[in-house]
Amino acid sequence: MSSGEKYVAAAYLVVFAVVLVYLVIMSLKLQRLQRELAELAELARERREREHGPVSREAAEVG
Amino acid sequence: MSTWLRNNAGPATAVLAVTLICAAIALIFFWVPEDADQGFSQKIFYFHVPIAITAYACFGWGAFKAFMHLWKRPPEADLQSYVAIHLGVIFGALTLITGSIWAKASWGVWWTWSSNQLVLFLVLFLFYSAYFMLRFSVDAGPARSNVSAVYALFGVVLIPVSFLAIRLANDFIHPVVFTSAGPQMAGSMFFTFCVSLAALLALASALYRLELTSKRLDVTMKRLREALE
Amino acid sequence: MTYFHDVATLTRKDLLLELRARDTVPAMLLFVVSALVVFHFALPSESSRLAAYGLLWVALVFTALLGLVRAFSAERDQGLLDGLVLAPCDRSAIWLAKALSMLGFLVLAEIVALPAFAIFFHGIGWTTVAGVALANVGICTVGTLLAAMAAASRARELLLPLLFLPLAIPIVVGGVGAGVVENGGRYLGLLAVYDAIFAIICWASFEYVVTE
Repeated sequence: MSSGEKYVAAAYLVVFAVVLVYLVIMSLKLQRLQRELAELAELARERREREHGPVSREAAEVG
Repeated sequence: MSTWLRNNAGPATAVLAVTLICAAIALIFFWVPEDADQGFSQKIFYFHVPIAITAYACFGWGAFKAFMHLWKRPPEADLQSYVAIHLGVIFGALTLITGSIWAKASWGVWWTWSSNQLVLFLVLFLFYSAYFMLRFSVDAGPARSNVSAVYALFGVVLIPVSFLAIRLANDFIHPVVFTSAGPQMAGSMFFTFCVSLAALLALASALYRLELTSKRLDVTMKRLREALE
Repeated sequence: MTYFHDVATLTRKDLLLELRARDTVPAMLLFVVSALVVFHFALPSESSRLAAYGLLWVALVFTALLGLVRAFSAERDQGLLDGLVLAPCDRSAIWLAKALSMLGFLVLAEIVALPAFAIFFHGIGWTTVAGVALANVGICTVGTLLAAMAAASRARELLLPLLFLPLAIPIVVGGVGAGVVENGGRYLGLLAVYDAIFAIICWASFEYVVTE
C-alpha cells in the first residue's frame, strides 16, 4: 500500500471510529435508561399496591 | 404518507444516511477517477470538505434554534440548540483530524497555518468547546438556556469576522504557500462530492435525531420519577 | 434621554466605587508592567522587533481580562445584580455603563503600558495607538457581556478567559497588523467592523443574559 493510500484509509477509519464510539455511548445510555425504567416500574407497582391492595401477578404480553 | 414519515422520521433518516454513505464510498473508491496532481490521497477531500460543511450547518442550525429560543420560546428549542452544537463540535473535531491527515499526505506536515479554513475551524472549535464549559457551569434552568443561546449566536457572528481576520493575518504571519485543490473539478468529481455531502448531512441528521430522542427520554424519565416519588 | 441619563448614573457609580476601593486599576497597572518585564526575558536576543509588538497585544488582552473578571464581582457577591435588573431602566444600559467604566480602567492601564513598552522595547507609531483605541471598544463591549455570563456561573474566574480568548483573536490580528504592516489601514478597518458588529449584538442580547 502506498503512503497515499495509507493516509486515505486512516482518514476514513477515523470517521468510522467516531461514529462507532457514538454507538457505544448510545448503547451504554440505553442500558442505563432500561435500568431506571425498571426501577420506576417497580415504584409504580408499589404505589398501586399501596392504594388498591396487592395485585395478582398474571402473565402479561411482551412484544 | 407524510404522517408515516413524521412518526418514523428517526429511522427514516438513518436509512437514508446508510444508503447515501454506501453510495458515496462506492463512488469514491470505485468510480471517480484519481486526481492527476495529488494522486490517491486527494480522495480524503471527498469526506473532509463535506464534514466541514456539515459542521458549519450544525452550528448554523444550533444558532437558529438559539435565536428561536430567545424570540418565540418554544419549549424544546434550547435542547435542540444544544444537541446541534454538540454534533457540530464532533464534526468540527473530525474536520480538524481529517484535515490534518490530508495536510500530512499532501504537504508532509501535520498542521499548517496557511490553510485559512483549518485555522478558522480551530478558532471555532475552541469557541464552541467553551460553550460546553459555560453550559456545565451554570445550573439548569432558564438562566442556562438564555446564556447558552446568546453564546451560540455569538458563534455564528464570529464565523465571518474570524475568516476576515485570518485572511488579513496571513499578510504579516508570512505563510508558507501551499497550493490547494483548485475549484475546477471534473463533472464526475463534482457529482461524487455532492453525493458525499448529502451523505454526511444525512448522517448528521440521523445522529441529531438520535441524540435528541435520548435527551428527551432523560427529561421524561426525570418527570416520571418526580411523579412517582 | 433617560436612557443616557441611566447609563451616566451607572457609569459614575462604578467609577466612584473604583476611586474609593482602588483595587482594580492599580492591579491592572502593575500586571501590565510586570508582564512587559517578563516578556523581555521571554524574547531571545535574535527575535525581531516585531515579536515584541505581538507580545504587547498579549499583555493588553490579559490585562483587560484581569479587569473584566472583576467587572461584575461586586454585584454578584452582594446580590445586587437582581436589584439592578429590576430597576426601571433598559437592561442594556447596565451593559453599556459597565463597558464604559471598563473602558476607563483599560485606558488608564494603557496610559502607563504604552509608554512603558516604548521605553522597554521600541517606539510605537500612531497606527498602533489607533489600533489600541479601536481594540479597547471591542474588548470592553464583548468582555463585559461575557463577564455577565461568567458571573452567573459557578466557574466564574475560570470561565471568562475561556469564553473571551477565541473572540479576542480578531482583535489581536487587527491590532498587531495595524502596528506591523506597512499600510495598516485595513487592520484598523477590521477592528472597526468587529467593534460595530459585536457592539450591536452585545447591546441587543444583554437583556437575555441577565433575565429569565
